[in-house]
Amino acid sequence: MRLFNIGGEGQLYIGAITGAAAGLYFGGNGGPSAFAIAAMVIAGCAGGAAWALIPGILRAFFRTNEIITSLMLNYVAGYLLTFLIFNSQSYWRQTSGFNASVFPTSKDLPNSALWPAATVHVHGGVALPLGAGIALLVAAVLWVLYSRTRFGFEATVLGDSPRAARYAGMRTRRKIIAVMAISGAIAGLGGASQDGDFRHTLDADPNGMQRQFYGYSGIVVAALARYNPLAVLLVAFLIGGLQNAGNSLQGADFPSGLVGVIQGIILFSALGGELLVRYRIRVSRRRRPAPEPAPEAT
Amino acid sequence: MNHSLAVVLIASGITYGTPLLYAALGELLAERSGVLNLGVEGMMLIGAVMGFWTVQRLHADTGLALAAAVGVAALAGAVVASIHAFLVITLRASQIVSGLAVTIFAGAAGLSSYLGNDFNLGENPARHTFHAVFPASFQRWPIVGPIVFDHNVLVYVSWALVVAVWLYLTRTRPGLNLRAVGDAPGAADAMGIDVIAYRYAHVLAGGAFAGVAGATITLGINTQWVDGITNGAGWIAIALVIFAFWRPELCLVGAYFFGALQDLQPELQARGIHLGPTALWTNALPYVMTIVVLVLVSASSTRRWLGAPAALGTPYVREER
Repeated sequence: MRLFNIGGEGQLYIGAITGAAAGLYFGGNGGPSAFAIAAMVIAGCAGGAAWALIPGILRAFFRTNEIITSLMLNYVAGYLLTFLIFNSQSYWRQTSGFNASVFPTSKDLPNSALWPAATVHVHGGVALPLGAGIALLVAAVLWVLYSRTRFGFEATVLGDSPRAARYAGMRTRRKIIAVMAISGAIAGLGGASQDGDFRHTLDADPNGMQRQFYGYSGIVVAALARYNPLAVLLVAFLIGGLQNAGNSLQGADFPSGLVGVIQGIILFSALGGELLVRYRIRVSRRRRPAPEPAPEAT
Repeated sequence: MNHSLAVVLIASGITYGTPLLYAALGELLAERSGVLNLGVEGMMLIGAVMGFWTVQRLHADTGLALAAAVGVAALAGAVVASIHAFLVITLRASQIVSGLAVTIFAGAAGLSSYLGNDFNLGENPARHTFHAVFPASFQRWPIVGPIVFDHNVLVYVSWALVVAVWLYLTRTRPGLNLRAVGDAPGAADAMGIDVIAYRYAHVLAGGAFAGVAGATITLGINTQWVDGITNGAGWIAIALVIFAFWRPELCLVGAYFFGALQDLQPELQARGIHLGPTALWTNALPYVMTIVVLVLVSASSTRRWLGAPAALGTPYVREER
């Protein structure tokens, strides 16, 4: 709805923090694994949503530019994440054991808080993490929300013509806040999935989760998918593959920066291509100023 | 030399605020022409890496090497800005998405990191760096010494630039034309002003300024290359333009304010001052303050975007005039 949440990165960190807290707390008590995982999902969503509510509320009530506020909060979230592990004795930090006394590390999640993965047996086994399954579900829900419900319709109208929406009596503020919260919740879910699916701990390593820039890549994905949740699945697969390929190819021949370069070029091309969607290019020879009369050869 | 915390913070506010000032002035020029460029962070990083590269690879004496480095940084910033300019001015793409694309393309995980890696810039500190212009005896003067005389040439150039931009916008024909282009491109076009050319020129100039801003960091402040060395300064610069109401003289005040915030952490640490989780709040403070000031600006003034160019963010299509 023409609302730009650039804070996915920070919301993902916060979701990872709250998700890890839930995982450590509920996973450690010997309860059923499904319960711990559900708690992580909910906590991740809640954390991300809370973080996104800040720019959302500021935008709704003070009309503060949400691009800049949400972006600034990325840095704040990054510092918070680093602080929790490196500069404090927080709940997330491993405080006992030999390694912890040498270098600050975070607590490992208990086994019952690790997310299961379904293995598909093609080409020697492809693991589909639980987070991917949830993502499918989220995409489907978003698609229904935006194409089949009143909420989605109103959000679309608000984006296309805020004035028309206001005259029609739609609640602008409430919608801005709700949309931002949903957006943040999904980003936070991504953070919880990072904990449960991949890293199995709250990863504060400056070369770990924070070097992946998932939140920023997410913007690329959304823009390339032209803000269609179903297309996002496909594009995310493409960009994710690209990023992962970048990670495993990294070395002398493939320095890290190329991932961003490629993403940028794809985005530039897609943006330039928009012109062809919106306009029809007609090549017509520019009419020359009337040629000077040729001297008659009679 | 022991100066009070206030003097030190003002002096370091000027040092650390200078990159912000360059970047904000550049963004101001672009926005005054009606083009929002969210790629400042990326352009700064490209300027930072290319300026640093020049200093490491060019065999020349210090003055020449540094001048060349600033030139290369400006050029590199302008080249990156030209992508944005082409996309949003000629191809009429969304300025917001295109600016973000520039930052992703050139930013901490993009071209700047690639170049830094490829040139092996991370290994050594800069061979030539900017130093204070005035002799040390000047700097020992109380208060004025550290605040006015303890700076490198880029700081003094930036002061001249603030005046120059102010004069340009208010006292010269092209400057007035520029404001017309940003406020009412249709009317400007009818007056015979080349809207497209003005927009290109000022977006490129903005990129050049951002490039210099980046070089200010790698050659004047940190004197080394690290991926993502700007750490969000480009975004703070964009916010600065908004709460400076698109006026160069206020950009200066804001830039130094945020510069001082950036230096708060080492200063407090050096003085052994601890207030709660110091490592957290002093690091996060510039970003939080950006939000706070932005909220104050957008909430307090009845005319929300006081001084904002009316056509900011919209492409100019002559056929749709």
